[in-house]
Amino acid sequence: MQKNIWPWKASHGKLMMWFFLISDIFTFASLLIAYGFIRYLHLATNVKDVQPSQIYWPIPEKVFHSVPFLQDMYLPLIFVGIMTFVLILSSVTMVLAVDAGKRMDQKKVEKWLFWTIVGGIIFLCCQAWEWSHFIAGSKEGIWMHIFQQGTWIKKNIQGANLTINEYGPPAFAAFFFVITGFHGLHVLSGVVLNIIIYYRTVVGYYQKENYLMVEKVGLYWHFVDVVWLFVFTFFYLI
Amino acid sequence: MYNRHKRAYTSIIPPNHQKIKKIWRITGIISVLTLLEYLCAFVMARGVLLYSIFILLTLYKAFYIIGTFMHLREEKKILIYATMLPCLLLLFLFLVLWLEAKAIMA
Repeated sequence: MQKNIWPWKASHGKLMMWFFLISDIFTFASLLIAYGFIRYLHLATNVKDVQPSQIYWPIPEKVFHSVPFLQDMYLPLIFVGIMTFVLILSSVTMVLAVDAGKRMDQKKVEKWLFWTIVGGIIFLCCQAWEWSHFIAGSKEGIWMHIFQQGTWIKKNIQGANLTINEYGPPAFAAFFFVITGFHGLHVLSGVVLNIIIYYRTVVGYYQKENYLMVEKVGLYWHFVDVVWLFVFTFFYLI
Repeated sequence: MYNRHKRAYTSIIPPNHQKIKKIWRITGIISVLTLLEYLCAFVMARGVLLYSIFILLTLYKAFYIIGTFMHLREEKKILIYATMLPCLLLLFLFLVLWLEAKAIMA
């Protein structure tokens, strides 16, 4: 039995997946710590009704307060919460798929992998909506003091891009795009991997040997979920 | 590959209901903790206390997901240490950048 020569009683693929996840943890943690660093360098505001300006770092719940079809209502962080639940649930279906794989239950693996893929795609759609809403900005735009060519001028700004945004300092939008974008890229590649193993499960490729590959992709998928919990806390809540 | 022919038509092992129940219970715990975070975000004033609650709850949730969903708890100890100890280096990065930010702001 080959199991006896596996180092640390884990298959080589699983071991390498863990090491890859460690390196990915470092990437995400560096981004989040850099976010905290830059945020610390800006003035923080604890006042709820402060005007957006490039001096003050915005309170995230004042920025992310829209839900699709209810754009005019003030619903802080509700949509992000829905996204979190979708990702947690798709993580749970992945656990059930891995569990079914260990029992060589092909039908159950197919069923749970399918729901995992659905959850991942819903999450990506939510993120696409949030990005487009963030980029488009408010209807009238916001008058704010910005520092341009050595002087402070008052200007109407609508939406966000990498150089300027209506919510706060330019770095705020830049960090939003980089952190959530990098996470979204991970979700996207996770969905692609899930689709590949779903296909291979359906054609019975794993039933011939074992479902170790489902377990490895499962590790990656849970990792994406854990990272989102941290992004949720450090970017949206704090 | 090992046992390719032997395992070709293995019969299905029946599900362990206790294990599946545990998975759903942990899902409930994680969801309740997330709801608790919401509650805190709206009820409490922003400040160090609120941030510590957020960070502690997040670490607690991550502990559950990594330990149970990624079943790291069932692995060998050496794998747990090899994966979790390097993460402590991040505390160092955090400390360095925090001191740097404090020095810049002073």
